[in-house]
Amino acid sequence: MPSARMQHNKLNKVLTGIRGLDDITNGGFPRGRATLLAGGPGSGKTVLALQALVNGAKNGEPGIFVAFEEDSAHIVANAATFGWNLPEMEKQSLFFLDAKPRPDVVCAGHFDLAGLLAALKAKADQIGAKRIVFDSIDVLLSLLNDSLAERRELYRLSDWLVSCGLTGIITCKNNDSGQTNLDYQDFLQYMVDCAIFLRHDLENRVARRTLHIVKYRGSGFYAGEVALSFGDHGVEVISFPLMPAYDRDSTERVSSGVERLDSMLGGGYYRGAAVLLSGAPGTAKTTLCGSFVLAACARGERALFVGFDEPANEIVRNLRSVGIDLRPHVDSGLLLMRSIRSSLTGAEEHIGTLRNLLETHQPRCVVIDPLSAIINSDANAIRRRMPEQLLEMTKATGVTLVCSSLLNGNDALDESTDIHVSTVADTWIQLSYDVLAGERNRALTIIKSRGTEHSNQVRELILSASGITLTDVYQADGEVLMGTARWQKEIAEKDAEEHLLAGVEHKRKELELAQAEVNARIEVLQRGMAVKRAELEMLLAAEVSRLKKASRTHQALWGKRSGDSQKPASAS
Amino acid sequence: MPAISSVPDSNKQEARAAGFVFRLYVAGEAPNSQLALRNLKVLCQDHYRDDFHIDVVDVLLSPERAWTEGVIVTPTVVRVTPEPGIRIIGNLSNTDQVLSVLGFAMQAND
Repeated sequence: MPSARMQHNKLNKVLTGIRGLDDITNGGFPRGRATLLAGGPGSGKTVLALQALVNGAKNGEPGIFVAFEEDSAHIVANAATFGWNLPEMEKQSLFFLDAKPRPDVVCAGHFDLAGLLAALKAKADQIGAKRIVFDSIDVLLSLLNDSLAERRELYRLSDWLVSCGLTGIITCKNNDSGQTNLDYQDFLQYMVDCAIFLRHDLENRVARRTLHIVKYRGSGFYAGEVALSFGDHGVEVISFPLMPAYDRDSTERVSSGVERLDSMLGGGYYRGAAVLLSGAPGTAKTTLCGSFVLAACARGERALFVGFDEPANEIVRNLRSVGIDLRPHVDSGLLLMRSIRSSLTGAEEHIGTLRNLLETHQPRCVVIDPLSAIINSDANAIRRRMPEQLLEMTKATGVTLVCSSLLNGNDALDESTDIHVSTVADTWIQLSYDVLAGERNRALTIIKSRGTEHSNQVRELILSASGITLTDVYQADGEVLMGTARWQKEIAEKDAEEHLLAGVEHKRKELELAQAEVNARIEVLQRGMAVKRAELEMLLAAEVSRLKKASRTHQALWGKRSGDSQKPASAS
Repeated sequence: MPAISSVPDSNKQEARAAGFVFRLYVAGEAPNSQLALRNLKVLCQDHYRDDFHIDVVDVLLSPERAWTEGVIVTPTVVRVTPEPGIRIIGNLSNTDQVLSVLGFAMQAND
């Protein structure tokens, strides 16, 4: 009965309201039990605990925050930076207890939490509290200075939570902070029903906050490490639940913004496709991205342009110099330009930021320029897979994504193999340059384009004040020529062609002359022939007439001889 | 005989009159709290004779007061008079430590 079990799980959990955390915990923290958040300084324990408390208070579950470490005034002030109005909530649904031990306090003998917990119970009943945070418990435990007493008080706390039906969030420093002899930590982990470890490290000089769930009694959970991202409205866990597959049967095309490129692709990019533009610096990747966005806005579609390390208004200015004016669309709110510092955070946080932008702006066309900034911000090989998750994300929502990827060299296939985007992307366009005869010319090739017939031809990409144009490259002697070299070669070939044409014309005339001569000779001969024929006929006619005449003469002669009846046999 | 008042702010006359005024925060009848009260009484009788007063505050009855006075764990004893105030937590079983804090270290070693 999986559904009944799910229901059961849901009933026994409280949603933290923290994005991603409710996903990896499969529904939140255990209700009426203790959850441990252990981590070093700056790992986000306090904020995470407070956010879960505040979210509860907003949704009808008032809460108590017991601050052992910080003054509650500081906590309230810090929370204001996330836009949480705690003073307002403190009136009814939130209670802060300043429980910071005074520095001059002396411990002489055993003490316990009985009084504190009894008083807290009274307070909880008064405000109807459902959640309580102890931040951070180690401050209190260190006063006990006795491992037996520590365990006893933790048991007391745990039992108290159960008896009061309060969902407890206990924060605690962990061993990463360099302290030793903290055996209550191990004990805490056994005691609580859910234990989450938080970390704060520097990786390649980039601050990274991560967390992972160590245990969760009676519940499935995601055991891997996930990033904890600090946003404008609080923290967020960057995790990606499986997205429902988007209907990929779309045959709708969206223009790349460059007419010739559209025709090379058989009509443009597919709606919902992921397009990768890879190339070395200065190969007009950003310009192509800009063309795409401009075309989208011209169709009236919402668009998002995310640039890295380059101020948004500079991108707009630079694109205007090549005839791509995005300013009106930025002003109208159709296009959201956002610039992010790549070095500030790790890849997961960037993906989280992008996800938030996608959700708040709801664009249909998105540009990320360059995507490699995300990858390069993180050396860890596993996190290089993050862009894949981004692509899955955009595909799930049917967003057409164009992202560029900066290559260090000019060889796409060499450099891109470790960027997994190239396999996930539907269309991969490689931009490169050829240095020839003292100039650098841009070239565009479609490496792959799924589901479309596409041109296999290299095109020269020409940037001008009116934007991008693609022209045929000149191929000669197995060599691809571009730029001035193409122009020169074209001129030279044209000259040669003209020369050749002239030669042919000359030869034709010669041959015509020869033909005419032969024809003339044939005429002369034919006429000669006619003369001979006439002569022959004349001769024959004369002969016939001579013979007739001779025959007549012979008969006359024979008649004159008379008396002789015998005629000669051969008379006629 | 010095007074031990369980209702704070009563017996103000006596509290003012006494040279040493302590406020002990307890959690009802909790063992550590009761032990602390016994230990404090014995200690005061030994060292201050009649010149002391102990206010007992039950945090179960008035938690907010304890919190506003910065008392979180029980038992906690605060020396109100003389200045400066001294704050000790625990059941006061560690007599050497308590005496040392109260300035009796030399006497204790005698």
